[in-house]
Amino acid sequence: MRHIISVLLENEPGALSRVVGLFSQRNYNIESLTVAPTDDATLSRLTVTTIGDDRVIEQITKHLNKLIDVVKVVDLTEGDHIERELMMIKLKASGAARAEIKRTADIFRGQIIDVTPNTYTVQLIGASDKLDAFISALGAANIMEVVRSGVSGIARGEKTLSL
Amino acid sequence: MVVRALRDEGVKYIYGYPGGALLHVYDAIFQQEEVQHILVRHEQAATHMADAYARATGKAGVALVTSGPGATNAVTGIATAYMDSIPMVVITGQVMSHLVGEDAFQETDMMGISRPIVKHNFSVSRPEDIPAVIKKAFHIAQTGRPGPVVVDIPKDMTTPTERFEYEYPKSVKLRSYNPISRGHSGQIKKATDLLLAAKRPVIYVGGGVIMGNASNEITELSRLLNYPVTCTLMGLGAYPGTDRQSLGMLGMHGSYEANMAMHHSDLILAVGARFDDRVTNGVDKFCPTAKIIHIDIDPASISKTIKADIPIVGPAQSVLTEMLELVASAKKQPDEAALKAWWEQIDEWRARHGGRYRTDDSELMKPQQVIEMLSKVTNGDAYVCSDVGQHQMFAAQYYKFNKPNRWINSGGLGTMGFGLPAAMGVKLNFPDADVACVTGEGSIQMNIQELSTCKQYDLPVKIINLNNQSLGMVRQWQDMNYESRHSHSYMKSLPDFIKLAESYGHVGMKVEKYEDLEAAMREAFALKDRLVFMDIYVDPFEHVYPMQVARGSMRDMWLNKTERT
Repeated sequence: MRHIISVLLENEPGALSRVVGLFSQRNYNIESLTVAPTDDATLSRLTVTTIGDDRVIEQITKHLNKLIDVVKVVDLTEGDHIERELMMIKLKASGAARAEIKRTADIFRGQIIDVTPNTYTVQLIGASDKLDAFISALGAANIMEVVRSGVSGIARGEKTLSL
Repeated sequence: MVVRALRDEGVKYIYGYPGGALLHVYDAIFQQEEVQHILVRHEQAATHMADAYARATGKAGVALVTSGPGATNAVTGIATAYMDSIPMVVITGQVMSHLVGEDAFQETDMMGISRPIVKHNFSVSRPEDIPAVIKKAFHIAQTGRPGPVVVDIPKDMTTPTERFEYEYPKSVKLRSYNPISRGHSGQIKKATDLLLAAKRPVIYVGGGVIMGNASNEITELSRLLNYPVTCTLMGLGAYPGTDRQSLGMLGMHGSYEANMAMHHSDLILAVGARFDDRVTNGVDKFCPTAKIIHIDIDPASISKTIKADIPIVGPAQSVLTEMLELVASAKKQPDEAALKAWWEQIDEWRARHGGRYRTDDSELMKPQQVIEMLSKVTNGDAYVCSDVGQHQMFAAQYYKFNKPNRWINSGGLGTMGFGLPAAMGVKLNFPDADVACVTGEGSIQMNIQELSTCKQYDLPVKIINLNNQSLGMVRQWQDMNYESRHSHSYMKSLPDFIKLAESYGHVGMKVEKYEDLEAAMREAFALKDRLVFMDIYVDPFEHVYPMQVARGSMRDMWLNKTERT
């Protein structure tokens, strides 16, 4: 099953490599990974999506917690949560396809953020499966380039991941 | 600052090898006497010496190696300590900080190289941080589940002309590291109830009991309950090996009775053990009728390979102390009739096989006989530092350890070349104790250069070289799985170990007949102030038994070359 794990870690050189190293060393898989400093400049927040059965996920969270630079770990998928991913996608947009792409982007609530006579670049924000759906709706023939940020997540309600 | 911090940490000996990046530090070592430096002949040996000191005392050992090749030579030693959860602080020199990343002379990314084999590592980026970083390194290495910590120090962090205010911190607080200090009382209560209700219990003791200083507690609990005890390779000595309740070692080369008892048990109390693959054999067939209580300081060890029914995360000593109180005050006591029947069954297993080996199938001495003699000559009281291979298993099976911290071997990583430096590290710190290095002609040659260090620092260890002129364990697997095609497991042109020892200024003894063994060994141990290299010729065709059948259950064992369960 797919899990979204959020990690607060010390904003120090090498901290990220310890997390990434752990995944490769123990043969866990990383579907996506995002990381950036938080409002507290000494802390980074990292979100990793991974796939594994309960035993593997339990081991992942335990091992993450063991890393000295890791302050807190939470598996967001254990509770209600919101996930978002940002995608920028560059598309061939000429002739009849140009209007069609604009319509599809509107349906998905994407925004066109760059335009040339023959291309559109669309920005889309949503859960990963929405982004996947947009890509398949457009069809491979039109797609020139895709860049996705990886998933960020946050728990619903009053729960927080903080010190 | 580095040397002063080590002094303030109470470090007496450091083991190392100088080099360009460490010259400032070595100059500081020269100008003081409190921290004594032992110059090894290869950095791997420095790490093993520090490691063995930690294994014998529970306190972190310290190794000091230079950048580049010095650091990479230390990698095997760091990994060895990591796999066995041994506290150690390894200080590695680094090129000057403005050169880092430029492929400078003797530069290597030690932070990157060591990351997967350390509990944590630090890179010093401001000289004034050195005392705090070293304090943190010791704190992390020695608390929780212990492990090695690397401190990488660029050369310009130790420039002697730059002066800083020095203060060694009295304590450390890390917001992201709070090792657990006791187990969950509710879980301990539940575990105790289950423990007392068991009909066929086994107590399975790992190295965590030794490093967690809980040998007394486990011994007391086992005796109070009259339950059988088996120790892992790392746990030997945690429970007295000559005691009636001891089943010896379990696992791949465990005793028949230990493996049978595990397989047929209805309750396993695992303490400070990690259900390693060399213990469990096939995990899907592991102890089908047993409920499992698992006490470990590391939550990640629990339910990693075998699911625990009652997990207890906490230090072995405090958890066992709580458990002892509960057992002592419990109304319900173990079912005596069931326990009596269980012991009868165990005694029957013991009688059926019980650690026997043949002496009549060869003219030559058996390696097991040598270990039994060593046990006899040293009254089971020596520090036995082993290398890796058949001799290691024979030592684990036939030397009867009655005290913890006496059996010093590379269990997890299985590092050949560990034995001699380990013996040196122990002898240096326990000069009056008998220290034996049990080795083979393969392993000893992996760090044989340390005979020179032994001479320089007067370290009269006794080397028990079980010479079978082959890499015995490799050969055993080739015999059993590759139709005896002995691919590269035979060493031609072995040195004359006697002359070799003598050339380093030591005493060499060659023993070829069992009749001569006892006298020679007594003579060797009587030479208190000399290193004696005993080159003992043993049967090259001997195998280690029992040996579990690959991917079988715990009870599936070869008992000798022709017979299996």
